[in-house]
Amino acid sequence: MSVHQIRVTVNGVERTAEVEARLLLVHLIREVFRLTGTHIGCDTTHCGACTVLLDGRPVKSCTVLAVQADGAELLTVEGLARDGALHPVQEGFREEHGLQCGFCTPGMMMTAVALLERNPNPTEPEIREAISGNLCRCTGYVNIVKAIQHAALRLSERAAEAPEPETAVPAGGTR
Amino acid sequence: MIPGRFDYVAPSTLDEALEVLAGEGEEAKVLTGGMSLIPLLKLRLASPRVVVDLNRIPGLAHLGENGELRIGALVRESELEASPLVRARYPLLHDAARVVADPVVRNRATVCGNVAHADPANDHPAAMLALRATVVARGVAGERAIPVDDFFTGLFATALDPAEVVTELRIPLPAPRSGGAYVKMERKVGDFATAAVAAQLALAEDGTCVEAGIGLTNVGPTPIRAERAEAYLRGKRPEESVLREAARLAAAEARPTEDRRGSAEYKRDLVRVLATRALRRAVQRAPGRGAAVVGQR
Repeated sequence: MSVHQIRVTVNGVERTAEVEARLLLVHLIREVFRLTGTHIGCDTTHCGACTVLLDGRPVKSCTVLAVQADGAELLTVEGLARDGALHPVQEGFREEHGLQCGFCTPGMMMTAVALLERNPNPTEPEIREAISGNLCRCTGYVNIVKAIQHAALRLSERAAEAPEPETAVPAGGTR
Repeated sequence: MIPGRFDYVAPSTLDEALEVLAGEGEEAKVLTGGMSLIPLLKLRLASPRVVVDLNRIPGLAHLGENGELRIGALVRESELEASPLVRARYPLLHDAARVVADPVVRNRATVCGNVAHADPANDHPAAMLALRATVVARGVAGERAIPVDDFFTGLFATALDPAEVVTELRIPLPAPRSGGAYVKMERKVGDFATAAVAAQLALAEDGTCVEAGIGLTNVGPTPIRAERAEAYLRGKRPEESVLREAARLAAAEARPTEDRRGSAEYKRDLVRVLATRALRRAVQRAPGRGAAVVGQR
């Protein structure tokens, strides 16, 4: 059985590990890197509690081999907050009561982060479709959708507040 | 939850991959998206000695028209879904991509893998039957083009040699005045189809049907081409009564078995309903279709 040296950038930090070929990415994250925010919720690739961003794309880490992540960038829920400040998606889940037990929440938020990066102003049907691979047994999804809408608003406000680059703007402005 | 032991190789050329497969034969499994294989490994329903990962091989991720629509082995379902070309010219494929598993799984799952795995519950096999696709397979001996009608030989069984890899799917360019659709009934997002129907129709200038492709998902040990329904449609105007009769014929060609998704009788009637909807939608999408579908709800 083959054993492999892998190098993965996890939440911006390069980490190495020696892994069996059969080690699942979710086990690499939880057991080897001790990042237990990513959860295991099923045996069938349905629930999405294990969702992380692999090279920017949401994947179900229970159904990826750790060796496949060699050379890749991984973002987990632990990587969302920066310098103690919550990511707008995390703020949204707090403000809109987007969780009850919290088990689905990390995976749900990772999917939401990726959605908003690609589609900063999603409609409600687009949000519901994007999270359809992440199952929640508690909330009925209503507040999850609100949390993501809240995050979209916060992100667009942030983008609007960002300092303008040094270019001539005609009187009256354009944006 | 935890796969058994296996060796893993991720070659950087297709030739290397084929050499490994030639040496291992039945003891090796090919890995692209992994969304079918890895669950099988976790449940220990598959226990290969070697897993050959194709993801590091360049030249397999192409999606585009070049005499035909060509879908490379590493094209993800999410890419198929997002492609404006596919949405405009191959709406049947766009429909199918949208309902494979769920959006997160679709970031990894590959279209060619969905076909090569030959689970009768997978969505693309029936779509490929309706589109008269060709499966391109490569082994150490060379490349061959397998018409999709010859590809699915039994439950999870294909015409592939164990040491061959599907490198590409080829779909004929759409005929003028053609349209397609895929309609799937599933209990919830991410489930396999209770039943699904793929329909591709081409109309002549006079508005009659010149060619029809109808594929049925998960109502038999392989995807089923509804040949009698197709033959019935040829030469006829695609009016509501004609589509309903074709759907009835397609349902008669299904071979469903009872399971937790429903009885055989239920599934057969579901095929009838879904085929009616898929055919209607295919006609609606055929540009310049002349006489509108009469009496359509």
